[in-house]
Amino acid sequence: MLAYIDKIKEISNRLLKEGKVDMVIGFRKGTVPMMNEPCFVKTPEDIENFVWDSNCGINLANYLTNRKEKIGIVAKGCDSRNIVTHVIENKIKRDQLVIIGVPCKGMIDRHKIEAIFETEIQDVVEADDKIIVKGQGLEKTFSKKDVLQDNCALCIHRNPVIYDELVGEPVEEQKDLDRYEDVRKIESMSPEEKWRYFDDLLSTCIRCYACRNACPLCYCPTCFVDESRPQWVGKSIDPIDTRTFHFLRAYHCAGRCTDCGACERACPMGIKVRMFTKKLEKDCLELFDWEAGLTLEERPPLDTYRPDDPDDFIK
Amino acid sequence: MEHMGIEPGRLHFSWISSAEATKFVDVVNEVTAAVKALGPNKNFLKTEARVA
Repeated sequence: MLAYIDKIKEISNRLLKEGKVDMVIGFRKGTVPMMNEPCFVKTPEDIENFVWDSNCGINLANYLTNRKEKIGIVAKGCDSRNIVTHVIENKIKRDQLVIIGVPCKGMIDRHKIEAIFETEIQDVVEADDKIIVKGQGLEKTFSKKDVLQDNCALCIHRNPVIYDELVGEPVEEQKDLDRYEDVRKIESMSPEEKWRYFDDLLSTCIRCYACRNACPLCYCPTCFVDESRPQWVGKSIDPIDTRTFHFLRAYHCAGRCTDCGACERACPMGIKVRMFTKKLEKDCLELFDWEAGLTLEERPPLDTYRPDDPDDFIK
Repeated sequence: MEHMGIEPGRLHFSWISSAEATKFVDVVNEVTAAVKALGPNKNFLKTEARVA
């Protein structure tokens, strides 16, 4: 996976030099470990900044919204699905893009590593499938599969679904995964338990909206939580307001969410934000046989009408 | 809504044409009966802002 970077640089260099794109969006090293940040490269000299490792979990499709120039974009499986969603929703044109596809074996979860590690983490190095974490006078080695982001461990679309160039051989897709064990667990609870479960889940939320800002689907010019005329939802950290924000945001992502995990990754409090979106993702799969962002040819279930749409809930 | 802890039977959906007066009455009666049976809503209820 680390070897992809040479290919990414080579392709970016070619695209910029030939003038096929005005900029390439990729990743550069972040200022703290495990926090690679998006990088917009406009000249071949800056290409050296690009990196690729298991800390590139941010969804780059987020940076395409309403762009006018020609863009080369580095895309993992989930990014590519969000690019498809962006094209379908007219947020960017397909012919503006050169998609540099990156087969992905999952990104590591900084929350997990921070939880196991007692001191401040100073450096994180990757070698094959091992993650070596260094802190003050301390060094630990983890197996990558133990510290994967939850959504990556359950990912069934690791290879980009849409691309113009691929930086390496496609990786083997994971099969026979039980993707919704956690959702089913909540479904089997009583209403009281469900209520308490989500109360608990959100008890640490500080309403920073990092989840929304990291999400490529959340591109509304004014988000419903920021609206003040009318004010749809209270701006305090009253538990009811917090819950309203989270479940309404999840609804806005229904049939669009690709479970890229950007929301959960961005959360400074380590809240499992995906527990909201995942239920809707599961419902979409079961009711409409739909997974978001797989094809440009088909409209999503929530903006089409079919006479056989499930409607048992309407009496 | 049910997934996050609202009791089944509190939220109802219905499609009633403006010409279906009797259906409207039936639905309203059904909904009120179902909701009364559940009792007052305790969850998802915002009380006055709490002062710390």
